[in-house]
Amino acid sequence: MKYIIRALLYLILVAPLALFIVYSFTEGWFFPAPFPSEWTTTTFQRAMDDPRTLGGMWQGFVIAVIVSLLSLILAFPAARALGLRQFRGRQIAWLVLFLPTVVPPLAIGMGLNILFLRIGLAGTIIGVSLAHLISTLPYTVFTLSSAFARYDENYEHQALALGASPAQIFFNITLRMMTPSLVVATLFAFLVSWSQYLLTLLIGGGKIITLPVLLFTAASGGNPSTIAIKSLLFILPPALVIAFTARELNRHGEVIREQY
Amino acid sequence: MKFRPSPYLSLAPALIVITIMLGASLFYAVLESFGIIRVIGQDTLNLDAYRGVLSGTGTAGSEFWVSLGFSLWVSAASTIISSALALMAAVWLSGQKNQVDTLAVNGHLAFPHLAWATALLLFFSQSGILARWAAALGWIDVPADFPILVRDSFGIGIILHYSIKEIPFLALIVLGVLRAQPIGYDVVAENLGASRWQRLRYVMIPQVMPALFAGALLVFGLIFSSYEVPALLGIGYPRALPVLALRFFLDPDLGARSEGMVISLIITLIVLAVAVVSLKLEERKA
Repeated sequence: MKYIIRALLYLILVAPLALFIVYSFTEGWFFPAPFPSEWTTTTFQRAMDDPRTLGGMWQGFVIAVIVSLLSLILAFPAARALGLRQFRGRQIAWLVLFLPTVVPPLAIGMGLNILFLRIGLAGTIIGVSLAHLISTLPYTVFTLSSAFARYDENYEHQALALGASPAQIFFNITLRMMTPSLVVATLFAFLVSWSQYLLTLLIGGGKIITLPVLLFTAASGGNPSTIAIKSLLFILPPALVIAFTARELNRHGEVIREQY
Repeated sequence: MKFRPSPYLSLAPALIVITIMLGASLFYAVLESFGIIRVIGQDTLNLDAYRGVLSGTGTAGSEFWVSLGFSLWVSAASTIISSALALMAAVWLSGQKNQVDTLAVNGHLAFPHLAWATALLLFFSQSGILARWAAALGWIDVPADFPILVRDSFGIGIILHYSIKEIPFLALIVLGVLRAQPIGYDVVAENLGASRWQRLRYVMIPQVMPALFAGALLVFGLIFSSYEVPALLGIGYPRALPVLALRFFLDPDLGARSEGMVISLIITLIVLAVAVVSLKLEERKA
């Protein structure tokens, strides 16, 4: 029984990856051939030469970087206040931050679509980034505030007593102690933005075409090899991040949860 | 401390950004649902879209009740199956010392929904990998012999997607409860002669039930409001509510647009209600 559960667990994890890789390097693999007969790199080469694929990856990357930076800048002070201070209205602040995680992206995107069309942000990188920010910001705040809840402010007090300037304290103590959580929070924001389809579609309006948008179109009725290559490029960043932050993930795994 | 800013000042930027964008988007959504579309100079409030949707006579509304039923069926079935599987997985994982398995669960959690749905399409479609293997084994002759498991009219593909995809999230919740409990209960029950099954039934399951139920409600809300997966793994009719809402929101016919907006607001209300129940359960547990 144990071995069956474990086998299934790894099958679920590995099978999609294996399939994407196999499909990316074959050509003319159709029903009823059980296995591909021709191995080639031309399919992959062709996809990589397609300016739309590279353009989509680049746009998605730029947006994800903007979103992570904005989330971090906005979340850091907020998380510090929530993690370290008791004050009136704390519950309300939590509630406001919690709301975007339950209001469906569909409704947010449809409303923002009207707003951004009116103020000229629809179809722009900044508009799409702002829309993504709504779904990343709560998770960034939650991740950082749980780190601040374990943070000992006395280190800062001590540095202050020893004559350190606020800037020195911030860079040499606060930032250093928070680095692991900051890295995790930034990566999560990056991944959530990178994988966002619906908000990009509704705000990008056909002008901002990221990799998930291309993948969705391909998956709605395209050639399996094209679909597989786009999927592979799409899951590459998440896979790398998981591999490199394995230890941290074990602690924060639940935080990323369902925003993909 | 001379450089301790007020918590309100620290929170302001984040809260303002969220409040403005969320508030404005809901404001425009509600406005449009009442038929007020400024771009075309239509600014009289009316309830046509609500009437059209709820009575099932509107352009989009004619499908509303069918889609609502379809969405409820798919969300409920997926939630129940994934909760049961998650419970099994968590009980198994709690006995594991090996962190690698927990890591694998996390890896599955981080796998984007869009990529997972794509993989299911490639595996389960009628000319997909499984159909090819079935053909190689001589079980079927042509793709049409293979059962329709994705893009089917019962939402089997969507249920298949979420039943598996939501296991890690729920399993980690259950695992959190199990690991936070002292092992005492289980040992006491064992000493009193409880069998493995009795320990599971009367000790473990009652302990994890409140947390699992709260998590399951969140999962239900997520599935009920998601677009990509039912759009890729479903068919034209019956279609899930979010698919219906977006289809008509993007319709050139402006009356249909308002109806799309009404449907989206109904989805939001249902999801918010479910989330409130989930939160209340969580509070009572704490």
